[in-house]
Amino acid sequence: MIAQLTLIERQRAIAICIAVAVGGALIMLGGRDDVMGIHGALIFVAGMLMIFRIGMSYYAPEPSEDRLTRYYDDPSRAGIVLAMIWVVFALAVGDWVAWQLVEPNLTFGPAWSSFGRLRPVHTTGVIFGFGGNALIATSFYVVQRTSRARLPDQVTPWFVLLGYNLFCLLAVTGYLMGITQSKEYAEPEWYVDLWLVVVWVIYFVLYLRTLARRKEPHIYVSNWYYMAFILVVAILHIVNNLAVPISLTSAKSYSAFAGVQDAMTEWWYGHNAVAFFLTAGFLGMMYYYLPIRAGRPIYSYRMSIISFWGITFFYMWAGSHHLHYTALPQWVQTLGMTFSLMLLIPSWGSAGNLLLTLNGAWDKVRDDATLRFMMVAAVFYGLTTFEGSFMAIRSVNSLSHYTDWTVGHVHAGALGWVAMITFGAIYASVPWLWKREQMYSPRLVEVHFWLALSGTVIYVFSMWNSGIVQGLMWRTYNEGGTLAFSFIDTLVAMHPYYIARAVGGLFFLIGGCVGAYNVWMTILQPGAAASQAGDVPQPPPASGVLQPAE
Amino acid sequence: MIVEHAFLVGFSKSFGLFYLIALSIAVVIYAMWPSNKKRFDDAAQSIFHDEGGPCR
Repeated sequence: MIAQLTLIERQRAIAICIAVAVGGALIMLGGRDDVMGIHGALIFVAGMLMIFRIGMSYYAPEPSEDRLTRYYDDPSRAGIVLAMIWVVFALAVGDWVAWQLVEPNLTFGPAWSSFGRLRPVHTTGVIFGFGGNALIATSFYVVQRTSRARLPDQVTPWFVLLGYNLFCLLAVTGYLMGITQSKEYAEPEWYVDLWLVVVWVIYFVLYLRTLARRKEPHIYVSNWYYMAFILVVAILHIVNNLAVPISLTSAKSYSAFAGVQDAMTEWWYGHNAVAFFLTAGFLGMMYYYLPIRAGRPIYSYRMSIISFWGITFFYMWAGSHHLHYTALPQWVQTLGMTFSLMLLIPSWGSAGNLLLTLNGAWDKVRDDATLRFMMVAAVFYGLTTFEGSFMAIRSVNSLSHYTDWTVGHVHAGALGWVAMITFGAIYASVPWLWKREQMYSPRLVEVHFWLALSGTVIYVFSMWNSGIVQGLMWRTYNEGGTLAFSFIDTLVAMHPYYIARAVGGLFFLIGGCVGAYNVWMTILQPGAAASQAGDVPQPPPASGVLQPAE
Repeated sequence: MIVEHAFLVGFSKSFGLFYLIALSIAVVIYAMWPSNKKRFDDAAQSIFHDEGGPCR
């Protein structure tokens, strides 16, 4: 991989790694009386390891010029491998915390393995570790092909990918040591947040630079979604994490907002993290991989444009539905509820568009588990967005909020939609990226599909049951006008569903392990056809057919 | 200058409504405009001939 870099690029990469290592050393020294110092050491070691890694291949011969006739896919390959490592790790932690809810003694005692610390390890690991790496890897893959332009340089994509993984590593290790700013999906502290800002802005600039080089007159819809994902996540991350550290040598900080403003900012962030991290980016993936795999163009390109602008402008206002019946002004709650209902239009626009694309290709859905992953993802996307709009209605929310119904809803989206489309995209692109005829074992893809689907269904059904039982027990009054059930009564009622949920999660985890094994064995297979994926130089198209860019 | 809460609420409830409606209309017109149809159809097809390698 280093051999692909030119000499000047190797020097730049080493310079960046030295800067990272120096930064890590400063944090290590400044924060030596704080847990922050351990993070400094971690950053320092990460920087040094990369310097040695590049140094080992520093004198390797420079790559030939014909590398420029191929897309630059090394970062995408690495991103997919990292995504598979993260998914196995984070699903395992998730299933562990699920069993902790069944049997609390499964923390085994130490502070780091308590539920409160492991749960954010799971959420960050699956959302940012697995989802984020898959998004970065596929976005590089898709933007190059749809623009028919190579990434503008070979260092920046590595900086984005590895810098982002350093962020994930700092986040996850921080939680285990008790470093958190207690904002859901935004738990990392100020210095880790600042690092992500640097990485993310460079990611956005890299994406724009690639699009600026494009040969296609029109920017394909996937790129619009990926761009919305990158741009809006930058805005959300910066605003929600505005905070003042108690000192430059301490990990602890205080939010710039207080009270209900802080809650509103957090849920404006939190719901848009669902919208732009977990939806827009994955829709970008879907709008590229599903048509390619089905061999049919998107059913209605026009509908995809309308859905895109609907999603981007409606989602921004939906976050306040997380704060029904709180100190938040009633009109702001109603605003969030209304926009959540309106979101059904662009959401079902996309889900319907993708399913209609499969018309005429249903035989492929039957035979090809990879395409079936994508089809099920579109179905779950439609189901979950309907459920989400419904749960945002204030009176429905009074039953569902703070119960396991919310957990079920989130996992219908995260397992059924996000993970399914990601596995579909990974199974589609691994043979293309490593130039293999097909996956090592199509049968294992089939096994993974059924494990993932049954795991998701078991999980979601048990949480629906658990959540509604819990919500109803919380609002049952006896004849004297007091609550009929104590809190412990609800826990006893929920216990069987917790067992079912942990079993469903275990199915999903086993599926993830099967997938990781299959991807790894595909990589190890001896290379096959060289005719695939952009190995052949192509003459530039006749200039007459090009239209002006818009 | 101190921006009053009431002013902000009034602004979001009036301007917010109209700019979102205007935006929705503009997007639908742009997407459905007949002369854009060919461009969109070409875009939908464009992903199927992308494997030749980068043009630059």
